[in-house]
Amino acid sequence: MALIRLQNISRRYQMGGETIHALREISLEIERGEYVAIMGPSGSGKSTLMNLIGCLDTPTTGRYELNGTDVSGMDDNRLAEVRNREIGFVFQTFNLLPRSSALHNVELPLIYAGLRAEERRQVALQAIRDVGLEDRMHHRPNELSGGQRQRVAVARALVNKPSILLADEPTGNLDSRTGEEIMALFAQLSNRGNTIILVTHEEEVALNARRILRIRDGLIASDDPVAPRP
Amino acid sequence: MKLLGEFTEGLRIAWTAIRANKLRSALTTLGIIIGIVTVTLMGTAIEGLNAAFMNSVSSIGADVLYVQRRDWLIRSHQEWIEMRKRREFTLDQAKEIMDRVDFAQAMAPGDSHRASVKYGERSADGVRVFGTTWEFARVASLELMEGRFLSAAETDGGRPVCVIGSEVATNLFEGNPAVGHRLRLNGRGYEVVGVLEKRGSALGGESIDSQVVIPMRNFTLDFDPTPDITLQVKVSEMMSLDDAREELRNIVRRVRRVPPGDPDDFSINQQDQLVNMFRQVAGTIGGVGLFITGLSLFVGGIGIMNIMFVSVAERTKEIGIRKAIGAKRRTILIQFLIEAAAICLLGGLMALAISWPVTLAMRQFIPATLSPLVVSLALAVSALTGIVAGFLPAWRAARMDPVDALRSE
Repeated sequence: MALIRLQNISRRYQMGGETIHALREISLEIERGEYVAIMGPSGSGKSTLMNLIGCLDTPTTGRYELNGTDVSGMDDNRLAEVRNREIGFVFQTFNLLPRSSALHNVELPLIYAGLRAEERRQVALQAIRDVGLEDRMHHRPNELSGGQRQRVAVARALVNKPSILLADEPTGNLDSRTGEEIMALFAQLSNRGNTIILVTHEEEVALNARRILRIRDGLIASDDPVAPRP
Repeated sequence: MKLLGEFTEGLRIAWTAIRANKLRSALTTLGIIIGIVTVTLMGTAIEGLNAAFMNSVSSIGADVLYVQRRDWLIRSHQEWIEMRKRREFTLDQAKEIMDRVDFAQAMAPGDSHRASVKYGERSADGVRVFGTTWEFARVASLELMEGRFLSAAETDGGRPVCVIGSEVATNLFEGNPAVGHRLRLNGRGYEVVGVLEKRGSALGGESIDSQVVIPMRNFTLDFDPTPDITLQVKVSEMMSLDDAREELRNIVRRVRRVPPGDPDDFSINQQDQLVNMFRQVAGTIGGVGLFITGLSLFVGGIGIMNIMFVSVAERTKEIGIRKAIGAKRRTILIQFLIEAAAICLLGGLMALAISWPVTLAMRQFIPATLSPLVVSLALAVSALTGIVAGFLPAWRAARMDPVDALRSE
């Protein structure tokens, strides 16, 4: 059974009396363990698609099954639970809480999941070790480099052992070398069996994935496997 | 468990947010501080007045009925005129009543008169001389510092002896023993047989400390041949005060020959009347105080609401992040409510820090203390103000759309 199954998903917005069709009847399946890149120019609907997959938004019409559960009609609070359990977000601008330490940032999803304090600490410590930042964990985001911040974000995304790692332009704010480091980290995570969905407009970055979806005008323009690199 | 985690996280966030905006937080709390200071001082003042009042009426005795010509509380000019017309309450009537009453622990008729008191070179004018019987000590629960109270033989037979209040003793004898010495009351010699224990002053009224007590018989001889008697009846514990009062009323009507159907031409007074009247007044003062306090807290609360809206707007992005990683509406709501409550609680604590010395200053005039009740009330009110004022902003934050919130900068 597919981890993600979108059936005839549409998303429309009302903007000043005008209806914008961000997505038009998209159907899509992603299996557990896949590494998929979603590409498309701005305004193509790729952000909308990402928000829908990430359960930040709900479709206007259509059905979205995540891990066997229909999430398309869920209310705010149920969606928050699903996000907490199933989705780990990595954003272009890192989106760490500026006034909290790296460790606390990583701990946050566990607080919302309702873990006990001691357990939380242990799990968060392990997650931060996994991205190699145990010696920086008491620093605040503004005391960390861009690459380190993105690693903290990855640790936070993975700390709840979600079904999907959803990354939105994860290298967009990094220099090319650090960007490569992050992509190497993603490759590792993928090899370990994590399902990764990567939203990007850079061809070079997308080629790290094993499947590329191209979105144009609210439709899937192409859906191709990536040839393994030599 | 989940809620506890969210709660402690909320506290943490509130603390960092307040610390990050020290000046803003301080200015915002100013309104709350003023409001809570008002609450505290109001409460303290009322409690203090209460204590002062209860202290001063305690000498009246809660279980003592006072039969006399006039009512203690005269509510109108008409009442005043009516009472002036009442017949005198004579010693004979008092004696007749005492013969008929069988529910009293002790009874004593009494009247007082102003007189000059002299001992050697020292003298005092306008001292209240109180004529009564030996039982008065029991009615008023008097304690003696020195000597003894008037004896039955003295009050029945009429010997020129007296018992003096502690203040009179200090003024005339300057700390030396008074018993055995002779005073001159309006020029007539009276031997001191006892000095009363200090009772403390009564609000406005004259306490027993500054009086001279003499036998009723001598009072009629030397001061007033037709005294206007007040009969004090200390009611037995076996009987309720209301029943005793009713029975006493019937007896007095019969003794004074009030025709059936006519209104009483006397009054039976008791401590309760004063207490009730005081409660009314204190209640009114309290109500007005509460209104003023409520007004200043309301203004303070609006300040809090305003700043919380700003805080929510500033942290839209943070709200988006938290929602993305699994914060529910409830979580966000709690977070901002805690922040508002924490700001207000901080204000409440500062207000208490201000009220404390002011209370000490008030102590010069009334027995004011910052009681645990007032303290907890002040803190509860401040936290509640925060929660009420913070609700709208917190609700707005909780309902934010995560996509929009994440997009904001």
